[in-house]
Amino acid sequence: MAADYAYVLFFLIIGALFVVFNIDILSRLIRPSKPNPTKLSTYECGEDPIGGPWLRIHVRYYLFALVFIIFAVETVFLFPWAIVYRSLGLFAFVEMMIFIVILLIGLAYAWATGALEWV
Amino acid sequence: MIGGVLESLYGLFGEWWIIPRLIEMFVVVSIIIGFISVAAMFLIWWERKISAHIQVRFGPMRVGGWHGWAQSIADGIKLLLKEDIIPARADRPIFILAPMVVFASALAAYVVIPFGPGLIVQDLNIGILYIIAISSLAVLGIIMAGWSSNNKYAALGALRSAAQAVSYEIPLIISLLGPLLIVGSLSMTKIVEAQYVPFILVQPLAFLIYFTCAVAETNRLPFDIPEAESELVAGFHVEYSGMRFAIFFMAEYANMFVVCAIATTVFLGGWKGPLLPPVAWFLIKTFFLLFVMMWLRWTLTRTRVDQLMNVAWKVLLPLAFVNLGITGLVMLLYPVG
Repeated sequence: MAADYAYVLFFLIIGALFVVFNIDILSRLIRPSKPNPTKLSTYECGEDPIGGPWLRIHVRYYLFALVFIIFAVETVFLFPWAIVYRSLGLFAFVEMMIFIVILLIGLAYAWATGALEWV
Repeated sequence: MIGGVLESLYGLFGEWWIIPRLIEMFVVVSIIIGFISVAAMFLIWWERKISAHIQVRFGPMRVGGWHGWAQSIADGIKLLLKEDIIPARADRPIFILAPMVVFASALAAYVVIPFGPGLIVQDLNIGILYIIAISSLAVLGIIMAGWSSNNKYAALGALRSAAQAVSYEIPLIISLLGPLLIVGSLSMTKIVEAQYVPFILVQPLAFLIYFTCAVAETNRLPFDIPEAESELVAGFHVEYSGMRFAIFFMAEYANMFVVCAIATTVFLGGWKGPLLPPVAWFLIKTFFLLFVMMWLRWTLTRTRVDQLMNVAWKVLLPLAFVNLGITGLVMLLYPVG
């Protein structure tokens, strides 16, 4: 079973190596390299950058991330349910509907309290 | 025949069986990388031609002679020759690592794409779950790129991209569950084999939800807020130049192919079709969906960021749940179908 995933590991490694090969070997041999301070400055429409970008981030990103995590975990439960659904029948249907409805109440709550508003 | 040759190779090496195995895997991965490169170059040329013709222009016409077919190759060589600039204020290790993460995750998704019967790198039994999991790794690469560039545009683009990708991932996964209920397996090959009629006829709503989310996941118009050229310049990869930029670009087109290939596999009957060989059918269907994506780009305008989030959470997600519930109910009432 684990041997099935040899390709996954191999693809990930070769994918990273392909990038290294292209940038640090193939391209390095033929490209120019004449850095100067202006060239290496951060791009901001030709101006000198004012302040850094690593600022406080708006809290709405955090709210969406939280809602996402709830539903992402839910989908992990939904996959095995979908696979054995045929053999379990009514029980599986009712069981999962209760689960989904509880989560949908959570979504409705987030909706009602304005967590889904992008302001 | 290939199997026979491999058998004798394995026999030849005895306990060093790992060597022919590695050679075999290397050949496979080379074929896939070759396919991605050619497909990406073709798609870039094709997109430029389609964009041009929709706007009553010609697009690239000169390089290579016939309708500028070699334009992408020329562009690729040009990018290879360009200086590699890493901004002085960038977070260097992460800046270098980001394109690797994006490209490796795009490449790894090809492990389970069924190009034809038996023409699949490895038919993992968790196929579609695997592809969803591995392609969501790309978000990490995008965040890394945006963060490490130390650039305001890049940071904003990466944040928006992450917010959008995670929002659209949920309806995307739940829309795929409808067809999976009917199939009862996650293996990509089994999903195709189970389709006596293409699932788009059985699950039209799921297909619409999936395709909308797929367009959003690949950051394409009308959902290209993360890259919005007119306000964010290019989004997360604004500081990347030369070959590093080319890798991002290639991964983007590779991802477009992946989402369309999933749509083909799950909804359009995969490689099934009359007369033509299976691989041809698979590619025709996938490239047709890619054409639709490019078509959408010039038909719809860019959505605002609040509209974008509203569509994901308040329209697509409830619809996907309704679709899943109805599918479950129908299967309960008519167990044979």
